[in-house]
Order: sequence, then C-alpha cells, then structure tokens
Amino acid sequence: MSRLQVVSGKGGTGKTTVAAALALALATEGKRTLLVEVEGRQGIAQLFETEALPYEERKIAVAPGGGEVYALAIDPELALLDYLQMFYKMGGAGRALKKLGAIDFATTIAPGLRDVLLTGKACEAVRRKDKSGRFVYDYVVMDAPPTGRITRFLNVNDEVAGLARIGPIHNQAQAVMRVLKSAETAVHMVTLLEEMPVQETADGIAELRAARLPVGRIIVNMVRPEVLDAADLELVRSVPRAAVAKSLSSAGLGGARRGGNAERLVDPLLAQADEYAERHALEHEQRAVLDELGLPVHELPLLAEGMDLAGLYELAGELREQGLS
Amino acid sequence: MSRPEAAHAHDAARQHPPHLSPARVLDLDPLLDDPSTRIVVCCGAGGVGKTTTAAALGLRAAERGRKVVVLTIDPARRLAQSMGIDSLDNTPRRVKGVEDHSGASRSDSVEGGGGRRAGGELHAMMLDMKRTFDEIVEAHADPERASAILGNPFYQSLSAGFAGTQEYMAMEKLGQLRAKDEWDLIVVDTPPSRSALDFLDAPKRLGSFLDGKLIRVLLAPAKVGGRAGMKFLNVGMSMMTGALGKLLGGQLLKDVQTFVAAMDSMFGGFRTRADATYKLLQAPGTAFLVVAAPERDALREAAYFVERLAAEDMPLAGLVLNRVHGSGADRLSAERALAAAENLEEPRIVDQEGGKAGLRNSPDTYDSSESAASEAPAPDAGSPAVTDMEHTAATDEPQPATPHLERSVDQLTAGLLRLHSERMQLLSREQRTRDRFTALHPEVAVAEVAALPGDVHDLAGLRDIGNRLAANRPELPDPAVGA
Repeated sequence: MSRLQVVSGKGGTGKTTVAAALALALATEGKRTLLVEVEGRQGIAQLFETEALPYEERKIAVAPGGGEVYALAIDPELALLDYLQMFYKMGGAGRALKKLGAIDFATTIAPGLRDVLLTGKACEAVRRKDKSGRFVYDYVVMDAPPTGRITRFLNVNDEVAGLARIGPIHNQAQAVMRVLKSAETAVHMVTLLEEMPVQETADGIAELRAARLPVGRIIVNMVRPEVLDAADLELVRSVPRAAVAKSLSSAGLGGARRGGNAERLVDPLLAQADEYAERHALEHEQRAVLDELGLPVHELPLLAEGMDLAGLYELAGELREQGLS
Repeated sequence: MSRPEAAHAHDAARQHPPHLSPARVLDLDPLLDDPSTRIVVCCGAGGVGKTTTAAALGLRAAERGRKVVVLTIDPARRLAQSMGIDSLDNTPRRVKGVEDHSGASRSDSVEGGGGRRAGGELHAMMLDMKRTFDEIVEAHADPERASAILGNPFYQSLSAGFAGTQEYMAMEKLGQLRAKDEWDLIVVDTPPSRSALDFLDAPKRLGSFLDGKLIRVLLAPAKVGGRAGMKFLNVGMSMMTGALGKLLGGQLLKDVQTFVAAMDSMFGGFRTRADATYKLLQAPGTAFLVVAAPERDALREAAYFVERLAAEDMPLAGLVLNRVHGSGADRLSAERALAAAENLEEPRIVDQEGGKAGLRNSPDTYDSSESAASEAPAPDAGSPAVTDMEHTAATDEPQPATPHLERSVDQLTAGLLRLHSERMQLLSREQRTRDRFTALHPEVAVAEVAALPGDVHDLAGLRDIGNRLAANRPELPDPAVGA
C-alpha cells in the first residue's frame, strides 16, 4: 500500500469527502494518517465540523480501533518561510523578502514555486521519522487539485528542476519527484457516473500515465441505489396505467378511479421512472467507459441524508470493506 | 426589495407551486435584451455547469437578436465541438445553426434600437492562455525584445499556465474583446480556480507586483550597479539578490532577471490594462451571475462570491441555480411513499412464508390520514378493467388468473414509490440548502434550472437550457407532464 495517497477528481465530485474518508479508513486499527489540504478552501475543517485549520498538524478525528487522523492545511506563504528557516536558517532574510513582496511573488506568480512548496511539504510528511526511526505517519492522504490540473501540479517539480538547474530548489524538486514517481505514491481519481466527470477522468489518467505518475484507483462517488431492476424497467413501458393506479390505491394512497388521488399520482410517478430509466442507461454507458481504463473501480453510495460526520465514517467503512485500506 | 419585484415573485410562486421556497426571481431575458448590458460574467465553483450556462445564455441572447461572443475557458469536448470551437486558435469563430427567435423582421441593421432585433449572431472562442500571453508580448515589444522574452525559459513556464496566469489571461482577453467593440454582448465563463475568485485578484496582484520593490531588486544589478551615491542601497539590494539567488539557484535568478529586464518596458502597459479591466468589471454595463447547484458546498461558495463581489463593487445580477429537482407528485411525502411501498411489498414476503396474504388491505389508516375528503376506492363504471382490478384488490386471496401480473405490478409500484420517496428526500435537502443561502442573502435574485438526466452537447440542448433559465421554474424533462 502506497504511503502517499493523492486524491483528485473533477470539481463537484466530492474529492475532499473521499480523501477524508480514505484518511479515516487508513487510520483504522491504531494507524496514524495525515490528511493534507493544498487548495486553501478549508474543506476538511467543514467536513469534520471543526474551526478553520491553522498551518499546523492537528488531530481532528479518531478512527475505529484507536487510530488517529491528523489534518494540515498547507499555506504556501508560511510553507516558504518555514522552508527558508529550516533549510537555510534564513528567518531574517525571509522576513525581508516578505516586506519586498518577494514571498507574495514566489507563492503566487513565480511559475510553479507554490506547487513545489505544496508537494514538498506533503513529501516531507511522508518521509518524516521519529527518534526511534519509525515513520511519524503511516499514511499521508492529499486532497489534491482537480483532474484538469493534477498532472501539472504533481509534475511541477520536474519542470522546476529543469528551470532551476542547480541550487537548493533544484535539489528539493528532485527529491520530491523521487517520491511522487515511485510506488510510494498512488493517485486516485474520484468521479461521478456522468459523462463529463468520466471523460475528464479518462483524460486525466492518460495525462498521468504519460507523465509516468503512478495511477491508483477510480472511486465512483455518490452512486444512487438501484431502485428499479431490469424487469421493472421492462414492465414500466407496458404497464396499464389503471393497474398502477389500482396498486397505489391498494397501498392506501386514495382512489384509483379517474381523478382519484392514487390515479393522479400515476403520471408523475411514471415520468420519474422514465427519467430514472434514462439516467440508468447513461450510468451503464459510463460504467463501461470506466471499466475500459484498466484500473480497479470502487463505488461509494450517495448518502440520502447528505454529507455529515456520521456519513464520513460510513464511507470510510465502505472503503475498508472494499479493500482500499 | 422593491414592490413590483415582490409582486412578480409572488405571482410566479402562485402559478407554479415552487419546489424551493420563493425568493426574488431573476428574470434573465430583460438582462440579455438590454442593449446597455455589454458583459455577463458567469462565476461559481467547479462542476456546477458554469460553461454550459454561459453558452446557453450566449445562444439565447443571439437568438433574441444580439451580436454575442462567448469566451469559454475549458469547455467539455463535445460542447466545444458542437459550437465549432474545439480547435484552439484563440479568436472567436461564428457558431452555425443559430436561429432567429427575435420575432422582428430580418434586417442588416443591428445598431441602435432596444429590445429584440433581428440579425443576432453567436461567436465563441476557447481561451488559449499561452497564445494570449504571446500576443501581448508581440504587440507591445519590438521584435528583438519580443523574441528575447518568448525564448526565456522563465517566461515559457509562466505562460504555460501556472497559478494565476489563466485568470489573468482570461481578464486580458475580455479586455481585448471589449476594446474591439465588434460585439454588443460578451459572455465570459471564468476559470475553475482554486479559490474560484482568483480572476478578481489576478489584475491587482500583478499590478502590485509590478509596482513593488521586488522588481527594483531584481533589476538592481543591471540598473543601479554603477551609480555612485546609491552605494548604501546597493548593498541592501545585493544582499536581497544574494538571498534570492540562494533560494532559486543562480541560473534561474539570471533567467528571471533577464525576463524582468526584457519585460520592463511593457510593465506599464500591463498595469494600465489590468486596471482598465478591473474597472470594466465594475462598470454598469457588466452583470455578474453566480452559478451554483443546490448542494451545500456549491452554495457556500456562491455565498462567498456574493459577499466578495459586493466588497469589490462588482455588479451582481443574481444567482443561477442549476440542477434543481422537481416532482409532479410533490403532494405525496417521502415518508408516506415509503410506507406505501412497504405496504405493497409486505404481502409478497408473507406469501413466501406460507400464503397468508391477509395483511394486504389493512393499512387503510393512510387513506384516512391523508385528508377528510379522500376518496374511497370506488368502482369506475366507465372502465371495466379497473373494476376488475378493484375487485381483485378487495379480495384477500389473489385471483388465480392474475396473481403473477398483479404481483409484478405491485412490485413495480413499490419501486415507483421508493423512487418518489428518494426524489422527495432530495427535494427537501435541496430546499434546506437553498433556504440557508436565501436567509443569508435575501437580496439576491434567483433563476432556477431544472435538472436534466444527461449532459448537454448540442445547440438544441443549449437552447433548452436557455428556455429553462428564462422560464425559471423546475420542470420535469418528460413533455407529457409539462403539457
């Protein structure tokens, strides 16, 4: 099992939720995981129903069996100052640079430096050991940028190592790339059973493979339960309206005669069934597209009550059952 | 909220029982038809249908007689193909297949006149960041300097799209399109940003960078190097460049310095245009539409947008709420539907356990709980088939002729009820989410777009979305229900 688990996916697919559930699943039974946020949206804090996360590793959840989940929202500016202090004892110079606007420049405009800092910090957490030589975190899970930007984000160190051909940034970038391109890393894609997210997933995986980054699994999120089976869908096309009205009436929903309460439910209910059938067919097509990508595909259910902390534990349990941790 | 708007909202609510609680209704046609509306910016979190909304608004405005250009950032492939903009050449292309729905007689004159005019056109383009950046360099630097910049490794990485560049280039392109004055309406799709707001910050950030001391530090060796009387400053400067060199590596610093030196003459222009674009966004001819879906995260982002736009004095027209679900049977609650489904499924299980089907008609209490006026199942004289069925249902033991069909129909009906129960749960979840937003921002007008089962990838689909946007009420896709 790779120690750095990167979770990407198109916007709106719930990648933060899946990343958090994965961190929880991997922490089960006494393990310790670090959940890393790189996009400054405080999505993790919202999910775990805590206040905004500072730039520091802090325990946010306890997993079943005594494991722990830590979370870290990486602030690129603080990460840069941190980095200057740690490696070059440049605290003072760092402050001077900040005054000049150089830190702002470096973390927002300078090509890729921001991404170097973000990936660098995550890789540092992966490699960190305690005094007894044990890894501080068993796993690091990264809530990464969306599918459209993930390859560039992870590959930025290659680019920067090419730009800065010598010096500490070059070395740092090379070290990060060694982790990201090894079996220590797995990049997972979260998708929905809809055309656009599936297409983006396929494109994203092709890009990751071209950049020789390790692709992990496909996680289909918010899968709706199957309510009508093939026989039902067959029958729905030919069933007499009166028979459905009758059945509704016998279930206690009013009169089956024309204009009766049960009878008036028939059209809208059948319309909803047609919609379901159309969506069902689309989902079937999208599953086939995903299957062709040659990666393990996992499915997580849509939670009827919406996403909350209890739901997160439920999804984590689901991921464990499906062998993701 | 002004009186006429309130009346409008109330009217809409009465005519079409709202699936979500009533709020101010955003009427999009007047906005699109108004000749003083020159720019519409669609913004919102990723995955809420921003690009589709922008394209649908553009098509609708064109078919209502305006000459429109849609600037998209990253359209889905099939949508781009359907609009003929899947090839990247960074210039607007005319979209074929636009119809004239303006109702006015066809004429070549597009100038002047209010409201609906004939002769609308739709043009569309997809942003090529690198190309846009290159064009700026080529337009504002002499050829020698331009080639020095274009060949600089630092520039090449910067223009290929690192943080902020896409946002800045989108705004740059918007400024260019507006300056050309070839279109009377520009619809902009914003980049799927990390914070979704970077496009607002990009011009400012670039401006402050260009005005900043850093530029002077970077230029220091070249500019202040030999001057006397600057010695003290110079020492400070070289300490800074020393620190930068240590951090970036000497060769990268040199690339950056060469780049900055080459760009130096253009910086003034960058800043002027960045400021101009920012002001353009605040101008009265600009309308921001925040796009969202009725989901917690998307609406949280939308609320943030609304606040941020207000803080920046950007004119917000309203919220477009995509993928709103409705139901033609919303009188039947989720709980009752589920209970009825269980009621239908029950006898089957009993059958398997030993043929006791006696529970079948017992929960008549549901009927009485519904309303005092609820009809008792009565034979319908006009329809013998129904009478037959009624008879079957009234009997405890299934009739030998029909039990199989009846059981499958019951099973199907139970499925339909479960489906409905899910739909109603979804409706109430959407409503709760939407209420939270409305409570926070009651001043924001809302246009709702009913959810579609599939994706949109042709003009007919965009036209449909446009109709839904303007009709502003969730409708089931099934025409039988709408009719």
